Amino acid sequence: MSDAALLEVEDLNVSFPGRGGITRAVRNASFSLGRERLGIVGESGSGKSTTGRALLGLIPAPGIVTAKRMTFGGQDLRGLPDAEWQKLRGRRMSMVMQDPKYSLNPVLKIGEQIEETYRLHHRSSQGEARSKALAMLEAVKIRDPDLVYHLYAHQLSGGMGQRAMIAMMLIAEPDLLIADEPTSALDVTVQNEVLRILDDLVTDRGMGLIFISHNLTIVGSFCDRVLVMYGGRIVEELKASELAAAKHPYTQALIKAAPSLEHPLAELAVVTRDPAWLI
Amino acid sequence: MIEVTDLCVTFGNSGRPIHAVRNVSFAVAKGESFGIVGESGSGKSTILKAIAGLVDPDRLALRIDGRPTGRWRSKAERRLLQFVFQDPYASLHPRQTVDDALREPLLIHKLADIDAEVGRALADVGLSPVHRYRFPHQLSGGQRQRVAIARALILKPSILLLDEPTSALDVSIQAEILNLISRLRKTYQLTSILVSHDLGVVAHLCSRIAIMKGGQLVEILGVEDLRRSKTSQPYTRELLVASHGFTRTVA
Repeated sequence: MSDAALLEVEDLNVSFPGRGGITRAVRNASFSLGRERLGIVGESGSGKSTTGRALLGLIPAPGIVTAKRMTFGGQDLRGLPDAEWQKLRGRRMSMVMQDPKYSLNPVLKIGEQIEETYRLHHRSSQGEARSKALAMLEAVKIRDPDLVYHLYAHQLSGGMGQRAMIAMMLIAEPDLLIADEPTSALDVTVQNEVLRILDDLVTDRGMGLIFISHNLTIVGSFCDRVLVMYGGRIVEELKASELAAAKHPYTQALIKAAPSLEHPLAELAVVTRDPAWLI
Repeated sequence: MIEVTDLCVTFGNSGRPIHAVRNVSFAVAKGESFGIVGESGSGKSTILKAIAGLVDPDRLALRIDGRPTGRWRSKAERRLLQFVFQDPYASLHPRQTVDDALREPLLIHKLADIDAEVGRALADVGLSPVHRYRFPHQLSGGQRQRVAIARALILKPSILLLDEPTSALDVSIQAEILNLISRLRKTYQLTSILVSHDLGVVAHLCSRIAIMKGGQLVEILGVEDLRRSKTSQPYTRELLVASHGFTRTVA
């Protein structure tokens, strides 16, 4: 957090009107992001993914997004017309989703998909785009970029697919990357490799990263700061290194609920929910 | 209770055969809880399926309760051993109520006193009678997994096979389900085999743990040795390091 904040959000609200009334998926969330790794943790339904999507303007109708302030690099994101969003998304901010199987195009070669992203945002010849795509595949530690370039999504393993996704998202060199559970579908040993790639990108390029996950161990060891969400609200914001000293009872309960290898317990702590957390 | 000797499972008989499990041997004593960890594709679930009689081993390699057992099982043998699957969303029939799902095994095995048994099974897993006539989509993920556990236990099996029972659930719900499993295990003195990719979960429930890689058994460790990282195998060490989350330096 050396320079001015890349992203500033104040009182972000996302609600979905439905038959049973309005569902408030995100309530009064305020935070800022510099060129750092910000983690968002919470259980399913806590609004962490919705927050990520709202930042990219990806909340589908009839969802309603309101905020007192939502700026990205000084630009106001509220009420931005679609054409303006198109210029931002992909080029300056992008998102990596959980499962590469569903987010890659099954009928296009991996290399073509990556090239397509580049050519959408940069005027370039086909040859230039191609060499850029190959370089990007190499940057995400794919051993044989020439081979992977010509493969289809179903021919890749989970870890490879996720790396290809990251390559595609990063070829336009965005300032902000939102990673929504990027490693949850991967094996632990592969997970570390993917995280290391993301880590290098933040360090080398000065990118801002929002890392959405339900896994406290990973967020605690990977991110700089952590937001803990519960029922659409940010209940606690703290440094990742101080996660063990969390003050909010929900954060404490989440930490205790995970079985630990070093500290065996006869009975795991169960999260008792206090309705007051929602107010 | 369960003896696995030189178990091999091969898929695909034409073209390129895939050796999912290669020469795996272990034994699980009565009342013991055994764990299997490994990454995806390591063959851990296939071992469990072979024990349950859901896949064919290459040759006879199993003894359950002292008797050699292949894929074909008598009704009594099937009753001895029950399975809880990973995904509670997929393992319950979407158009059957909880009551239907729990009633079915009792009907198949022609047991008496079905109504009372179903009620008791629900109470056992901490569900209230209001859940009895609900459909799976009306339940949360944790509640569905409770139903799956109730269905497995309703026949009073002596062996419970658990394939990643909590990996589709949030940590807080996982804690509840793990507590439930360990309580039921004690109450019914179950022999169990738990498969998971999460070392914490396996160490919490099991006393001995097998580590699998690429279809082969790397080693079998006692839970205390695992907790203290007392292992000679580099792969086990790698898994232990990875379970502590992200590390910046290249291992």
